[in-house]
This record gives sequence, structure tokens and C-alpha cells, in this order.
Amino acid sequence: MPKIIINDKEIEFEKGMTVLQACELADVEIPRFCYHEKLSIAGNCRMCLVEMEKSGKPIASCAMPAAEGMNIKTNTSFVEKARKGVMEFLLANHPLDCPVCDQGGECDLQDQSLYYGVDKSRFVENKRFVKEKYMGPLIKTQMTRCIHCTRCVRFATEVAGVPEIGAIGRGENMEITTYLEKSMESELSANVIDLCPVGALTSKPYAFEARPWELKKTESIDVMDAVGSNIRVDTYNWEVKRVLPRLNNEINEEWISDKSRYSCDGLLKQRLDVPYIKKNNKLQKSNWDEALDLMISKIKETNPNEIAGHLGDMIGLENALAFKKLFEKFNSQNLELREKKFYINTNEKMNYIFNSSIQGIEESDLILLIGANPRHEATMINARIRKAFVKNSLPVFSIGNPGDLTYNYTIIGNSTKDISKLINKESNFSKKLLSSKKPIIIIGESALGLKSGKYIFESIKKFLNDNSFISKDWNALNILTQNASTVGLIDLKVLPNKNDYSFFDKLNDGKFKFLYLLGSDNLEFKKNKEFIVYQGSHGDRGAEIADIVLPNAAYTEQNALYENLEGRIQECRKASYPIGESKEDWKIFNLILKKLDKKNDTFKFESLRKEVFEKVLNFTNINDLPERKLVKEVEESSKFINEEITINPLDYYYSNSISRASKTMSECRQISKKVKKTG
Amino acid sequence: MESNMLKEDNKIFKNLYNSYGWNINDAIERQDWNNTKEIISKGREWIIEEIKASELRGRGGAGFPTGLKWSFAPKEVGSRPHYLVINADESEPGTCKDRDILRFEPQKLIEGCLIAGFAVNAHVCYIYIRGEYFNEGKRLQEAINQAYEKKFLGKNACGSGWNFDIHIHYGAGAYICGEETALLESMEGNKGQPRLKPPFPALVGLYGCPTIVNNVETIAVVPSILRRGGKWFASLGKPKNTGTKIFCISGNVNTPCNVEEEMGIPLKDLIEKHAGGVIGGWNNLQAVIPGGSSMPLLPKKVCDTITMDFDSLIANKSGLGTAGVVVINKQQDIISCMARIARFYKHESCGQCTPCREGSGWMWRILDRVAKRKATYSDIDLLEDVTKQIEGHTICAFGEGSAWPVQGLLRHFRKEIDSRCRGEPLVKKKVNNPYLVDQHLLENKNA
Repeated sequence: MPKIIINDKEIEFEKGMTVLQACELADVEIPRFCYHEKLSIAGNCRMCLVEMEKSGKPIASCAMPAAEGMNIKTNTSFVEKARKGVMEFLLANHPLDCPVCDQGGECDLQDQSLYYGVDKSRFVENKRFVKEKYMGPLIKTQMTRCIHCTRCVRFATEVAGVPEIGAIGRGENMEITTYLEKSMESELSANVIDLCPVGALTSKPYAFEARPWELKKTESIDVMDAVGSNIRVDTYNWEVKRVLPRLNNEINEEWISDKSRYSCDGLLKQRLDVPYIKKNNKLQKSNWDEALDLMISKIKETNPNEIAGHLGDMIGLENALAFKKLFEKFNSQNLELREKKFYINTNEKMNYIFNSSIQGIEESDLILLIGANPRHEATMINARIRKAFVKNSLPVFSIGNPGDLTYNYTIIGNSTKDISKLINKESNFSKKLLSSKKPIIIIGESALGLKSGKYIFESIKKFLNDNSFISKDWNALNILTQNASTVGLIDLKVLPNKNDYSFFDKLNDGKFKFLYLLGSDNLEFKKNKEFIVYQGSHGDRGAEIADIVLPNAAYTEQNALYENLEGRIQECRKASYPIGESKEDWKIFNLILKKLDKKNDTFKFESLRKEVFEKVLNFTNINDLPERKLVKEVEESSKFINEEITINPLDYYYSNSISRASKTMSECRQISKKVKKTG
Repeated sequence: MESNMLKEDNKIFKNLYNSYGWNINDAIERQDWNNTKEIISKGREWIIEEIKASELRGRGGAGFPTGLKWSFAPKEVGSRPHYLVINADESEPGTCKDRDILRFEPQKLIEGCLIAGFAVNAHVCYIYIRGEYFNEGKRLQEAINQAYEKKFLGKNACGSGWNFDIHIHYGAGAYICGEETALLESMEGNKGQPRLKPPFPALVGLYGCPTIVNNVETIAVVPSILRRGGKWFASLGKPKNTGTKIFCISGNVNTPCNVEEEMGIPLKDLIEKHAGGVIGGWNNLQAVIPGGSSMPLLPKKVCDTITMDFDSLIANKSGLGTAGVVVINKQQDIISCMARIARFYKHESCGQCTPCREGSGWMWRILDRVAKRKATYSDIDLLEDVTKQIEGHTICAFGEGSAWPVQGLLRHFRKEIDSRCRGEPLVKKKVNNPYLVDQHLLENKNA
């Protein structure tokens, strides 16, 4: 490996590194504003200047490629003077309004001025004023504070794939703007707030809510979709003030979607805080005793076959396991976790997870989407595909039309015929697929939900198996599930019989007398005469139709495990307390068990968690990918049905009860609808 | 006296004043397009060696050896094509040499493009003309069309077996687009902002392809050098500062003009003989900006003896730049002149990198205050500090370009500046303003 001398210390660096990265290897901190690891290099803030031997001028370390034998000095007075000079320029037109600036306490400029700032200002001229720009309901702008690092511009063009932020004007009059002053049409837009090193772009919903040092930070997991983005939940007392991304290169890198970030104000609205009972066709406040007594009496008078349960989209694994055990006590097997009919082969784990892994997308050389819209169904996966598209010019194909995905792709068909052509090697595309080394086939829930869902899945799987695209090293088969709980609940064998839609059939035929909805709001059915118990956190669709409402804790208010679509188990941690009289799900089940005189069977959280680890298939470690096991299973026979593959539109900003309660999300939704109307 | 001047025979731009007509037929009479095929048939090695032997230095301002620049282009064309880009974005105040080449000697440029394009393996050449040179661009297009008609361009250009096309691209009037990488950005349709170097355009340039960017004058002298030999060119001028150069003399002279002269001609000769002398006589001279507005000015004392070439000007802490000589006589307020130049640079800064964006405006404001006798002594030290903080800390050379004129002023006219500041504080009177209100916000006049 080549060597570089940094502050008289010789270190080895990898080829292709910049001087700044080499300095980091040598544990030398370089101040920077415009440089960001995940973005292209701009080199415009000039804060990272270092001294290089044989160069009269200081060099910008972020942009200079490190080379063998360079002699870099970062601690000389020459360097300090250069940096102080740059800092003075940055502060010249920057308003010193830190006391009223939301970035205060986590501001790069503030921090670095501590080291390179001069104690008094020599700039006696009037400061520049820049008009505020409208950037939508998420981003609050105060453009006078902008230091023109262009991180936001680069993020929008490179990562988000919507070149809607840019700079206009020249010199002192350069301004960052969205040109037409509209909100950014991206699900990743709010990441520019994290990127902004100063208070120019701050969070609108969080404006003046709290100071960073007042907040309690809890590292947790996002449950808005199945990706399992790593987040940090910031709370002030019990109130969740904001959600920020946490760096995890295997999943979400440094970004999270707007829904993950801003649904949190929904945690304060529409909350169920006490049990309710429906009297005179109206839900009325009640208490735990009364509600549970009524519920137990109903259960006792109902035939076990007519008792059914549905698990919602944000249920943690421990609670789901407890729920399943509770149903065993009811002697009922009518459990379901899907919100709509779609085909799942539960025989082996490979059949329902994203096998290639999110990081694997970057290694891939071809992607085929079948009835999937990753932009809405799994935003972070879409961002990863775009990254690979930009970096490796990864070719992307689709069967079915998912609309704008922020990168170019080719639609090779929109019916199951195209799939049969593909697997029979009759189309041009099959050749491309067969000649690729690491293809990724992503099958969405929309495709699996078709009548031919079974055919699509089984025939593709057979095709991949036959052409050895499913092996120990690479597995091209990927299912794009939409809900945070889906993969984990399948692992816990919540679905009693495989490939069975009996729950939906019975439900629609009115065969159930007692329906227990565990946080499920998206189940579409017509209420007949069922007695419905809804246990959830928000007064949403489920509570509307319920006869008894039991308040439970939301995902920020309890510890729980979640399994993301890759089959990776991650821990969601308690950042706040259940609101009012609401309780964690397993505690509610314990109350029920006590009422049923089964005190000895009550659950303990620790043992539930232990059991989850045992039950999850191919489990390796927490936060790690599951083991890749290849089981030669019996092939399922499936019939070809000629059908069009359409992608069910997902109401992105309104996909679960928390986001539906969120004011911010509804603003975003309105704006995105308006944009669609006017183009 | 006459013997010191450049012999008519040694002049390259014989039609600099349009005495003989700009048309291609007139140009051919002046020996343009003579033997082009033979020159090209000698191969690119020979061309580059000959240019190296002539010691031709780029005429765009930086004075980089042209032959060396050409040799940086990859020897073999890889997966990406090579491009030749001609920088005709002549925006430096005080400079108008390229304009006359475009108007009156376009065939020299076009022929040079073909030869240079061949030398660097480029089949396509783009000429980036500043938007204000609309008529010049039209003229150049006509000249290109004439060259196409004569089959000097296009497929098998000039019978050389080399396919060559020239396209004109108009800029939109930004000074910074004369910087080579900003020019490339602008041509690609992006905001005209300089790129980071390395990589240099010779390896990663226009659309990511190897690109050689040259000034109009540099390319226009190439055919003459190759016809008459590098040694002939090297015999003119001074060692390492060879050949002839078009000097643009403007300002307080009796007859402002463009003139082709030998490198290393004494500045005094240039002004006295070609420009009719300083208005009010040589003793009325205050200062000279020797190389376009971005070069530090020279006081009369230096002007008496200085010769006009790259190295002796650098030795006097200035530079030849584009050889746009601006003469300032004693009737001018030198500080106001420099404040105006500073304002120009404040206006033209692209705003990409911090020191130049924030510093150029700051310099202008201080200088403006100095000119209006509103500055204090400490402001002058501050001004010097600001120029030092800009210089060398920016992405492109614009930082130096904006800081050097001010530094030149401070170096040579410190007394003048100090005399303006005497006893004049910034805030004249103490006004009773309410407590905790920023004083400067109340001073509307300051805004």
C-alpha cells in the first residue's frame, strides 16, 4: 500500500483516497463544511486547507487525491492562518443569531468557530440579507445563514435524484433555491436538513421545539416500512420531538425517508389513552376492568372456530408471539397478518425475504422489478438502487409500470405472459438475465396479490434455481414486503396453513363472530355482525369499527424486536412512555389471561424475547443478516393465468395509523397530490 | 528608433488593422493555409516538438508553455474522444486582442485549430466566444463556412486525411467562464463554475474527455511558427519569453491601439511609439496596469525601465497576463480606479468558494470607503489581510485576480491611501440611539 506522511507520521493508505481521508486514518481531524462522505466532492468551502510540501499554496484536502510520498502538515501556523481566514469569510455574512437559530448546539459552523473563529468581528459592513425560500412543509429556510456549501444541491441531484435544488446568481448574490419555490418532490427531501451544516435549512415541524442538549436520545428502529431504517428518537420529557437517521451502511446509510422522520408528530395526535366500549353505537370512555370483562364474556360465549385475530403492520415480535400464544388459549387458529390477499410460500425463509440484501444491490449487475414500486414501498431500497444506477450504471428493468423511480429503467412488459416468456427463454431479456452474474429479481406484493401470484413466484424461483442464481454466494430471489412486521410474523408461524386465504374467505362470508384486531388498521373488509376488539395506539380505521378499544403503546414507547425485509432482527427501544392508561401489548394479554384464570401462563418479556430468538429461522445475531440456507424443497405446481400486472398505488404519506394521524404527513400528502394534478 | 521596432516581415498578424481584408482569399494571399497539408504530414510528434522549440507560452494570461500542454494529452485515443477547445471568452478589462483576430485574421485561428486539433488527436473543436462578441462570432462563422467551402475543414480537411470540424459556442457574458474549467462547465450547459484540479482538462475535460483548452492568440500563431520554424519564433523576444505578442494599449494615451510587438519590448517604448504617448506627457504618468485588470499595477518609477515579458514583470511583482496595458495618468484618482476594478471582481465572482465570494465584496467596500475618505487606518491593514486571505485559498485563479490589483495598490500607493484616511473615523458623530440596537443598521447611508 502507498504511504503518506501526515504531521511527520508515516501511514499507509488505500489507493483512491483523498488527503482528507488519509488524515482521518492518521487520527487528524480536518474541519470541513462542504465535504460529505456520501456525496460528491465540491471543494468549495475551503475549510479543509492543509499544507503540502513543495506547494506554495495550501491545498484543499477533501479534493486532493492522496499520492505516494506526499508530505502533509495540518498543525502549522500556516494552516491555522489559512483556516482562520476562511472562517472569517464564512462568518462575515453569516448572521450571528445563534440564540434564535434552531441549529444552535448542533451547528458545524458554531463548533468550528470555537477553534478557528476570531473573538471579534472586523467586518463592519452591512451583512447580506437573503430572502427566505419556500421549500415545502418539511424544510424551514433562513437563507441568510447559508454558507453555500451546496450539500443540499448535491444531495438532491445525486442521492434523491430530483435535481430541484440549485444555486442561482453569482458571487455574493448566489442563492440556494428550488427555482420555482415549491416543495421538493422526493421522499428523501428532509435529509437536507441533516446535511445543512448551518441553520439555513432546518426542520419546519420541529421549529423552536427544543434544544439538542435538552433531548434524550434513544437509538431505535423505524417501523414505517419493512426496511428497518436505523433511527434515533429524540424525546423531551415523554414527548417524541424528532426522529433522526442513524448511520448504518448495511441498511439506510445516512438517510431516512420523510415518513420515518416526520410521522412522529402523529404519536401525539389521535391517541387512545383509555379503553373504550361501544354503547348506543357510540364509543364511550371506560376502564380496563369493564372493557376486559365484556371482552372475556364475549369470548366465552363464542365458539373457538369463530374467534379470529389479525395482526397489524407495526407489531413487534414479542407481542406477536404473546398474541399467538393467547390465541392458543382461546383454542383458535384463525390468525392472519396480511392486509390483502397475496401469495406467500412459508416453506423456507428464502421465500419471503429480500435475499440479495440491501448492500448487495451495489454489487448487482442487473435488477428486474416485478410488480413493485420500491420508491413508495421501500424508499431506502430505491435510494440504494439509484446509488448503484449512478455509480455502476446498473441496468434496471421492470414488469409492470411503477412510474417515476428517480432513475431510468426499461419496462419489458406488463403481463404474466412476459414472465412466461422470460422463464422459457423466449425473450431478449432472458439472454441479458442469463448472461448477468449477480442479478436481482424483486417481486412486489402487488404481483403476489394477483390470481397468478403463485405462478409468478414459483416459476421465477424455479427459473432462478435452474440457472443457479440461487446459491450460497448469491441469491437473486427477493420479495419486497411492505410492513415492518410481515417477515418476522411469518417466521413466528403466525400463519397456520401455508398459502391459505381461508381467513379472508371466512371474514368476507361473515363466519367470524369475534374479531381481535391487534393494531391492524389496513385490513379491508366489510363489517358484518362480528364483535370487534381493537387494540391499538391510534383512533384510526380499526377503532372506528370496534366494539371495544384497548389502548396500547406505540413503537417508540416499548422495547420490541422487528425483523426487516432482509430477515435482519433489530431492536426498537423504548424512548418514551405509553400515553395515559395505555399499556404494552403483552401486558394487556397478561390482564386477559388473569381474567381467564390462567395466572400461571402470564408472559414475561425476557422469556418472550428469548423464545423469539429461538423461533426465528436461520437466526445468527441481532442486527445481522440471517444465515443463507438452501433447502431442496418440493416444487409447488402452479398454473399459468394470463393477467396484467398492475402495481397497486400506495398512499405513501398515509400508509399507517401513525402517519395518518400526523399533521405533517397530511400536508405532504396534499402537496404531492396537488403536484400530480398540475404536473 | 525604428530599428528597435518589430520588422514588418516578422509580424504574424499582418491584417491586425484590416488593411488587406479578412476574406479567405485575402488570407491565402497572406500565406495562410500555405503548406498546411505538408505541416500535418510531418506528424504530431514533429508539431509538438516544433512548438516546444519555439518556446511559445500561452497568451491567455497564465503563460503556460503550449507545447508542454499539448504533450499532456494522451498519446492514443482511448474509449473517449479528444476535444480541442478555443477560449475566445475575452473578458479581461483592458484586453481586446482576440477580438481583432476573430474579426480580421479568422483564418489564422481556423488553420491553427486544425493543426492543434491534429496534434492533440481531436476531430472536433469548439470555439467558446463571449456572448457580447456577437458580430465577431458571425464573422468567424462566415470564415469557417469559407474554410469548409475550400475543403480546408470537414472530412479530410485540407487534404491531410484528418477529419476536423469546428463549432462555435456563445457564452452568456460571465467573466469567470474565461477560466478554462468554468468554460467547460458552461459549454456542458452547467452553471459556469470552475472545477477542482486535479484532474486537469487534458485528462478529464469536456464531457469527461481529454480536452486541450487554448487561447485564441496562442492557436492563431501556431501556423506561422510551423511554417517559419520554431527557431525563428524563438529568436524573437527574450529567452523563455519568445516571439511576438499583441499588446492592447488603452487608458490615458493619445492613440489607444492594438499592436503586435516583440516580447520584452520596454513598456515606455510601447506607450510612446505605438500609443502616441501618455496624455500630458511621460511625466504625467501615474501608473500602468501591464496585463489586464487582474495584474498588479506598476508605478511610474518601475514603468520607466520595465520590459514587457512574463518573467521581468513577475520579478516586479506583477504579470504580463493578457498584455492589456492600461495607462493611468495623474489626472486619475488611482484609488477610485482600483475600487472600480474591485467592484468588477465582486460582480464577476462565481460564488462557488468562500474566500472569493465573501472577500471580493469586502475588498470593494473597503476600497470604496477609502476612495470616499471614510476609512480608518485600521481598515488599510484589514484590507491587506483580506487580500492575503483570498490569495491562494480559492479553487481557481480568480482569487488571485481579484486580490492582486488591490495588493498592487497597497504596495505602491500606501501614502496616497494613508493621506485619505487621516483623522476620518468611520462613524462621524455619536448619535443617541436606543440601547441594544446595532448602530450600523440605523445608518441607512451605509447600506
